Amino acid sequence: MMSSRAKILVDEQAVKARHGAVYKAGKRQTMTMFLLVIALLLGLILGLGSLNIKWETVLSGFGKLGDFMYFMLPPSTGTWTKFGVYAYALAETLAIALLGVLLAALLAFPFGFLAAKNVVPNWLIHFFTRRFLDSVRGVDELIWALIWVGVVGLGPFAGVLALVCANFGAFGKLFSEAIEVADKRPIEGVVSSGGDGAQRIAFGIIPQIFPVIAGQVLYYFESNTRSATIIGIVGAGGIGLHLVEQIRTLEYQHVSAIILMILVLVAAIDYLSTRLRFAIIGNSNMVH
Amino acid sequence: MAVTNSLSNSLPADRLAFLNDVYNSAISAKRRQTLIDLVVLLISVLVAGFVAEVRPVTFFENAFRFFSYFGRIFTLETGASVFSDPREWFWGINKWLVLLWETIVIAYVGTLLGAVFGFILCFLASANLVSNAWIRLSAKRFLELCRTVPDLVFALIFVTSFGLGPLPGVLAIAIHTMGALGKLFSEVVENISMHPVEGVTAAGGSWTQTVRFAVVPQVMSNFLSYTLLRFEINVRGAAVMGFVGAGGIGQDLVEAIRKFYYSDVSALLILIIATVMLIDAVTERVRHIVIGLDEAK
Repeated sequence: MMSSRAKILVDEQAVKARHGAVYKAGKRQTMTMFLLVIALLLGLILGLGSLNIKWETVLSGFGKLGDFMYFMLPPSTGTWTKFGVYAYALAETLAIALLGVLLAALLAFPFGFLAAKNVVPNWLIHFFTRRFLDSVRGVDELIWALIWVGVVGLGPFAGVLALVCANFGAFGKLFSEAIEVADKRPIEGVVSSGGDGAQRIAFGIIPQIFPVIAGQVLYYFESNTRSATIIGIVGAGGIGLHLVEQIRTLEYQHVSAIILMILVLVAAIDYLSTRLRFAIIGNSNMVH
Repeated sequence: MAVTNSLSNSLPADRLAFLNDVYNSAISAKRRQTLIDLVVLLISVLVAGFVAEVRPVTFFENAFRFFSYFGRIFTLETGASVFSDPREWFWGINKWLVLLWETIVIAYVGTLLGAVFGFILCFLASANLVSNAWIRLSAKRFLELCRTVPDLVFALIFVTSFGLGPLPGVLAIAIHTMGALGKLFSEVVENISMHPVEGVTAAGGSWTQTVRFAVVPQVMSNFLSYTLLRFEINVRGAAVMGFVGAGGIGQDLVEAIRKFYYSDVSALLILIIATVMLIDAVTERVRHIVIGLDEAK
């Protein structure tokens, strides 16, 4: 039996003649795609060339990596005492993420209003608030961590402050966007029944943006749990410190055990926060 | 907070009391729930505060250092403000621009490699294209592993096997990007219209032909848009790869911070922030063009 594809291909020329426009459009698209791929590949080759990467390094590196993977199995922390130490460090990581997100949300809340066009009509204020938030956001949390370690010393508190700074910039922007797309009608309702400026915000805007903000805060809590695992690299508390130590001392079974513990924690937090997000947002359409 | 203000002037007292009662009883259940939520939140914050060794006293005693730090990084070694002598401030600009370029290239190559492998894996992780649960779930779990382990951790491991330099940075970013994009891509694929897929299958197309002619044309613009977003994120990520010796400008920055080369810190931060903003602006343009092309179709 002939498949329908084969049947069509028998008189392909006739089909082409009848539906020329379809074939032509496809050809143009393929051409664009082809050029794009060539350009990207060229960039890749030039990029790799400019990074001075030697093939023998790559090959021997993958060999060594294979060895490390082999040594990583099975994951083990050696003793239960060590396991306890890592578990406490994980709790520290979680605490850093929670505080970092909550404090940042509290701090960013007023700035979200300052940066929103529909609350502050003065463009100078929201322009400078926005640029300020952009600059804060442009600095990575690891850099903030290094700075805060210098201020309050080594330990998880520096990590909390670093995450507060990093999240503050992001939240300020997200909150102001949520405020700007808020429905005008409830605000007008409050104004028309005699509400003043503060009441306009409290009863007209906040009830609308609260679910959005809560959703974003939870989402950031998830992603901060991941980033809080690495700020220990610069001495700002959490599991990262142990991870770096074990990698540097070539204790590969410990490394894989720690990574496994991080995976479990992140999966648990993801599950929990997804449930909470659905509980808060319900069925309203959220961006994230 | 009940009915107050202008209304209280215009309503009779009994009517107002009635309205207040109705309002209060209507929201009392909600209030109770909010109270419980707040107590739970407060307890978790206190526990977290204890575990994370939050020390408000230390903070307030040393907070001035945080602000004076920003004063110091804008001061040259001579004591003058950096703005008085920009040439002295950006003394290493040639070296730094080379490193910035390296940072962008690391991000570019890492993003591209990650996107290519994420592209290949995303179809295997999509429920509407792969009915074999083993293949699908192992692809999904693999992507999850690559995405959950932070790129810096990959970089640390790769530095021990590939040595210092940009290569471990590129690989770390590529693997993390593959995990993140693979998941996003497969979500896009799971939401496509199945009509073209059925059409190609009915015409006798193989699995790869189905993907090529029925799926890819539907998802390409979304994929491009996500990849561009990821590129932005990766430029930021590549800027700190140097913290663990994986190439880019991070190496110089961490040295400047640790060795208290104050004016270098501010110069490097400004360069990084400016680069990030520039990349963000360019990719946003390109993203709008891509979305525009898709809508014009």
